[in-house]
Amino acid sequence: MANPVAPWGNAQFDGFARIREIGPLGMITLRVKRDVPGLAEAFAALGLMLPDPRRITAAGEKSAGWMSPDEYLLIVPYAEVGAALASLAASLAGQHHLAANVSDARAVFRIEGAKADQVLKKIAPADIDRLAPGELRRSRAAQVAAAFWQDGEGYTLVCFRSVAGYMMGLLSHSAMPGSELV
Amino acid sequence: MSTRLAKGGRLIDRSAAVEFTFNGRRLKGFKGDTLAASLLANDQMLMGRSFKYHRARGAVASGAEEPNALINLGRGAFMEPNQRATTTETFEGMEAQSQNHWPSLDFDVGVVNNALARFLPGGFYYKTFIHPRAAWKHVFEPVIRKAAGLGKAPTEMDGDRYEQAYAFCDVLVAGGGIAGLQAALAAASGGARVMVLEQTPFWGGRAPVDGDVIDGMPADTWVKTTVEALEKMPNVMMRTRCMVAGVYDHGYVLAEDRIADHTPGDGRPKKRLWRIRATRIVAATGALERPLSFAGNDIPGVMLASAVRDYVTNWAVSPGDRTVVVTNNDDAYRTAIALKEAGLVVPVIVDARTQANGPLPTKARAMGIRVETGKAIAKVKGGKRVTGVSLCMQAGEGAALEDISCDVVAMSGGWSPVVHLWSHCGGKLNWDATHAMFRPDATRPPISHDGQAMVYPAGAANGALKAADALADAAAQGAAAAGAAPFTAASAEPREEAALEPVWVMPQGAGYKLKSKMWLDYQNDVKVSDVQLAAREGYESVEHTKRYTTLGMATDQGKLSNINGLAILAGALNRDIPNVGTTTFRPPYTPVTLGALAGEARGEIFQPLRRSPIHAWHEANGAYFEPVGLWRRPYCFTRGGENHAQSVEREILNTRNGVGLLDASTLGKLIVKGPDAGRFLDMLYTNVMSTLGIGKCRYGLMCNENGFLSDDGVVVRLSDDTWLCHTTTGGAERIHAHMEDWLQCEWWDWQVYVANVTEEYAQIAVAGPKSRALLEKLGGMDVSAETLPFMSFADGTLGGLPVRAYRISFSGELSYELAVPASYGLELWEKLVEAGRDLGVMPYGTEAMHIMRAEKGFIMIGDETDGTVIPQDLNLGWAISKKKADYLGKRGQERSFLASPDRWKLAGFETLDGSVIPDGAYIIAPGSNANGQGNTQGRVTSTYYSPTLKKGIAMGLIKGGMGRAGDVVEFTKIGGAPVKAKVVDPVFYDKEGANQNG
Repeated sequence: MANPVAPWGNAQFDGFARIREIGPLGMITLRVKRDVPGLAEAFAALGLMLPDPRRITAAGEKSAGWMSPDEYLLIVPYAEVGAALASLAASLAGQHHLAANVSDARAVFRIEGAKADQVLKKIAPADIDRLAPGELRRSRAAQVAAAFWQDGEGYTLVCFRSVAGYMMGLLSHSAMPGSELV
Repeated sequence: MSTRLAKGGRLIDRSAAVEFTFNGRRLKGFKGDTLAASLLANDQMLMGRSFKYHRARGAVASGAEEPNALINLGRGAFMEPNQRATTTETFEGMEAQSQNHWPSLDFDVGVVNNALARFLPGGFYYKTFIHPRAAWKHVFEPVIRKAAGLGKAPTEMDGDRYEQAYAFCDVLVAGGGIAGLQAALAAASGGARVMVLEQTPFWGGRAPVDGDVIDGMPADTWVKTTVEALEKMPNVMMRTRCMVAGVYDHGYVLAEDRIADHTPGDGRPKKRLWRIRATRIVAATGALERPLSFAGNDIPGVMLASAVRDYVTNWAVSPGDRTVVVTNNDDAYRTAIALKEAGLVVPVIVDARTQANGPLPTKARAMGIRVETGKAIAKVKGGKRVTGVSLCMQAGEGAALEDISCDVVAMSGGWSPVVHLWSHCGGKLNWDATHAMFRPDATRPPISHDGQAMVYPAGAANGALKAADALADAAAQGAAAAGAAPFTAASAEPREEAALEPVWVMPQGAGYKLKSKMWLDYQNDVKVSDVQLAAREGYESVEHTKRYTTLGMATDQGKLSNINGLAILAGALNRDIPNVGTTTFRPPYTPVTLGALAGEARGEIFQPLRRSPIHAWHEANGAYFEPVGLWRRPYCFTRGGENHAQSVEREILNTRNGVGLLDASTLGKLIVKGPDAGRFLDMLYTNVMSTLGIGKCRYGLMCNENGFLSDDGVVVRLSDDTWLCHTTTGGAERIHAHMEDWLQCEWWDWQVYVANVTEEYAQIAVAGPKSRALLEKLGGMDVSAETLPFMSFADGTLGGLPVRAYRISFSGELSYELAVPASYGLELWEKLVEAGRDLGVMPYGTEAMHIMRAEKGFIMIGDETDGTVIPQDLNLGWAISKKKADYLGKRGQERSFLASPDRWKLAGFETLDGSVIPDGAYIIAPGSNANGQGNTQGRVTSTYYSPTLKKGIAMGLIKGGMGRAGDVVEFTKIGGAPVKAKVVDPVFYDKEGANQNG
């Protein structure tokens, strides 16, 4: 079996910020209510911390994001999704939940550099300056749905796989040299 | 002569000369010039022609309010019509051209309209071209359109790029004059996030020109100090060349940022549209001077007094050697003084007031300037340029007392606060009779989401025209907008000015002849006489008068003409000005380039294009795409010299006789899981899904509450508590939302979760009698009829890739649909193509899919359904459970008109001559209805040429449905005789369904 391919071939663009398609990452959408017994333990069993509302917690290569009152996004290495799903099934056995592999349904981009925030300010109607540390923001990027959060010197942005090409074009246009906001 | 003065010019850099062309002529200007200033410095007073009479037009103003000096900039892909010369910065290499003239600006044949002006009064077009009715569309309108118009639309795609950006702030200050800067200081002092946007390239507004002294400093120095202070504050963002275009609900503001208008070709975006959420908005937008209405007030050389002052002080441009100043207030004396100080001649100041004894008139007299009070201009002389004026008594009818030669007339009719931003969201105005102006009524502001005032007018925009008052007002409004502590305003030296006297017609007793030469709207050629005529004809509402006369409907939106026009209307109607009211102020403040509104959305990123994981292969292999929602799906794959119909025919025959591949990745895939999932699906689908065996597939229909068929697809049961629902391509997001809606709003206590995994999987249909052989060649799992019977599925591997194989068929052939993680979609497709080479495998597109399903009599959502069709209409009663107590749509379907036996129902149709029934055709019924239209008894829903059966086939809805089998009916055909067709079974191919079992 060949390696899985990122939707847009791990494209890159160097403007006033650096745009990189990364991945594919292992991603699981977990629908479960927060008060389900054993939820924190289920996250812990994966080496993850249950995030507070609108936050994302990171531990090494893994992270866990709060998507809605009953939805989480778990990010793990691509090859570990199967094991993670099995672990969740065991931890949450008997509890109403839905865990689905969405690794291939998504495209993931990095926006990096000192002015990375300016790229997001052009495409998302979100108050980027007021993003709290560890805040995961579900918003839109121009005409498509997107979620993003700050991570190191830059931002990670997730969108649907089918619009990876649109997203790469959008991010590249927004990072064109000379179009800095400040 | 207008020319450049030897000294002065606070905004220009004389060391940086720039060369540009106007109508091909090479001219020189300086950095810091507006195009209008550069043109005047080159004695180019004539800048354009008016819209209706093609009259000669020069700049009347010096800023955003300019109605006349509209210029075409650039050429080809960089051409921009209707740019205001007064706000356009002159840059090296600029190519400017005047508009609306033929053959030349100096000699224009359209000016013939001018000679006919007395035959073209207000409402002329409405009156003249109303009969005969048909002539408007075919004769009058095309001719008028050709004759009228200002700039020409560009013919090439815009060569520049644009973008948008979002911003958030507590207080947005619109306007960077002294009031805006003062308000920003007050708002920012408490820590509020403040944005200050100024439409021109310079801070400070009019105060430096008017010679104000603030905190003991010249206004220029105070502005510089204050801007520096604001720039140092981390909570303040400042931008020049950024015009606040509109204020919308809840503090949403649009602003146009002219990034590279003045530096074309430097690689930066030309413009950026800022989309701002501001908690409060301070409108420090200043005031605009009003023209006076005297005969000939549109002749080039007649300018606003403040504009004349601006050209002299800001750009060291003398609009003319001899300037007559005409006014009804003290402020215009500043222009006379500035001209005199610049060494120019002011033969007379004509003041309509009977007295003028304030400090400014006194100073003017002391400088030796002649002041004539109680006088008026009877008329301006000249054609393409002012040559002189005739004076008369303001109280009289215009009998000339004296002729004075001059080349400029500087007029001032008082000032109107710029209340646009206050008014955009409904802020109300009061008429201030003392100052003859509308000003914001603080008790009736535009309201934001919290019930509080959204816009705070400040300074001149709030009626505080003098610097000292403006600063105090701005400090208070800025602090109030931010909810900050009171802020001590800077203090300006007081200016003592006597009251103005409203003058709406000059002289007040002017007769028709003079009034028909008094321009209100310069661009649209609306005169005092036109508004008075409208009033006589019964137009009482200012909004109706505006549209009838076109007053204020030009590109300047009446910035100069509105107040004068409604004062004239009020006079003609014998009413007070406040009782006539104003027209509505609507965004944008000045026109915003369409490119900025489109932003980045053009070319490749005009719209998100959704690509399946196999899209690139399709592109490389001759796919002709069709849009399906935002997806592009292959309609067919062309080979050699085939046309599309031939490709489709080949693809169908190859699938029916061999094996074909369809990219079905776009189908919606929704996982439904939970203890109540079965119960939930039984409510959503018309048939029973809870009894479906694990590993089995079942076709299901979904209706909305009204009973109408909404979506269909195959449901499979993955485990005890988990189902996977396939939807149509267009239904994925819609049905997901439909499910969440019912779960969140109605059945919130049911334990069901839904996840949309549409894009997680690539899905490939492998269809045709050789499909099993193809899968067996890839190997890895048992796909035999025994292990994997029709309407079942199995997980396994094929060619080493993890797949879920469904035995389902939309083509009627032996068929598998293979779902594979999207990352492996292309790999699986390529393996199938490779392994199927000696089986003759070919991809097929959506059109082949559509035709093959029609040959089998399978319905298609969107073809057989249109939101008014219930499953029973489509003979799908077999898919509707009779046992279930309820499902969405059940009650609706029981309503009398949906249960009626008279409904049009599905049947098949075969034309007698084998031809294809036209798309959209109706079945003709005898007689005609009350409107004289032919009666109908049905319509076609799907109609194709069947390559398999070598004849036209169709499905349609007909009154009586299959009860009409054997009847011959007639379908309409546009441009031909009706098509005769026989009502038949809609299953045209393999009626027994043997093929799909392989």
